[in-house]
Amino acid sequence: MKWLFPILSIITAILLAYALYEALVVAPTDALQGDVYRIIYYHVPSAWTAFLLFFINFVASITYLIGCKPKADILALVSAEVGVVFCTVVLVTGPIWARPVWGIWWAPGDIRLTSTLVLWLIYVSYLVLRRFSTSAQTQILAAALAVFGALDVPLVYFSIWFFRTQHPQPVIGGGGSIDPRMLHVLLLNWLAFLCFAFLVCWSRYRLEVLHREVEEAHAMESLAGGAPANASLPPDRSSR
Amino acid sequence: MNAIKFLFAAYIATWVIHAFYLGTLVRRFSRLRQQLKELGRK
Repeated sequence: MKWLFPILSIITAILLAYALYEALVVAPTDALQGDVYRIIYYHVPSAWTAFLLFFINFVASITYLIGCKPKADILALVSAEVGVVFCTVVLVTGPIWARPVWGIWWAPGDIRLTSTLVLWLIYVSYLVLRRFSTSAQTQILAAALAVFGALDVPLVYFSIWFFRTQHPQPVIGGGGSIDPRMLHVLLLNWLAFLCFAFLVCWSRYRLEVLHREVEEAHAMESLAGGAPANASLPPDRSSR
Repeated sequence: MNAIKFLFAAYIATWVIHAFYLGTLVRRFSRLRQQLKELGRK
């Protein structure tokens, strides 16, 4: 199994490079926006990946609330953290696209933009709770927060169907149309980002398992009588 | 021409964010490995 991660990493790197080439060179230029529209090849796949990761977080949190399985808890933590990274990309690339196209960085009051920002804040709160809470109930509280936080995902996704917003209508399934060549590049970039997200989640999962092993080893050492000088301090949370 | 700057800014920002996060993961891994080594010595 040791060879699997490096091989997948190489495949993902090639896929990301090829997707970048398709996005910048092969995809046709948009008649109205020009080349700046190519930002959607990073913005939209990042949003879809973030939604998928938050959905995984939702399922893992419910699984943890039902069965208290540590693996479900680790999966919830990992998917939330990587989801926040992708959501950050969405919130950064969106305004960079909006500035030349709309003439403004941000449309205050726009429900798509505001609900996405709220979604990001909810999951940042989730990570802050997990990072700094010393309560024995932290994992259960975080799982409950994640279940309620996930309710914002459909609001973000469907807001452009149900409300008048400045954000463009969806390119797929929302009545809009997209050139098949653009759609191909968009889906290719999403595939590349999915592979990348999978590898990052895998690494973060291994990191969390290692972190829990170190915490356990520290606890065993304390029980064995060789309590280190900082034994009275809360457990080390440096990996979170 | 000006719009191209925004395009490259968005792509660069994306990879800076991912690189920063990957950097924190590497740092955390090395810190935990160090702690495991110290525990092994004890």
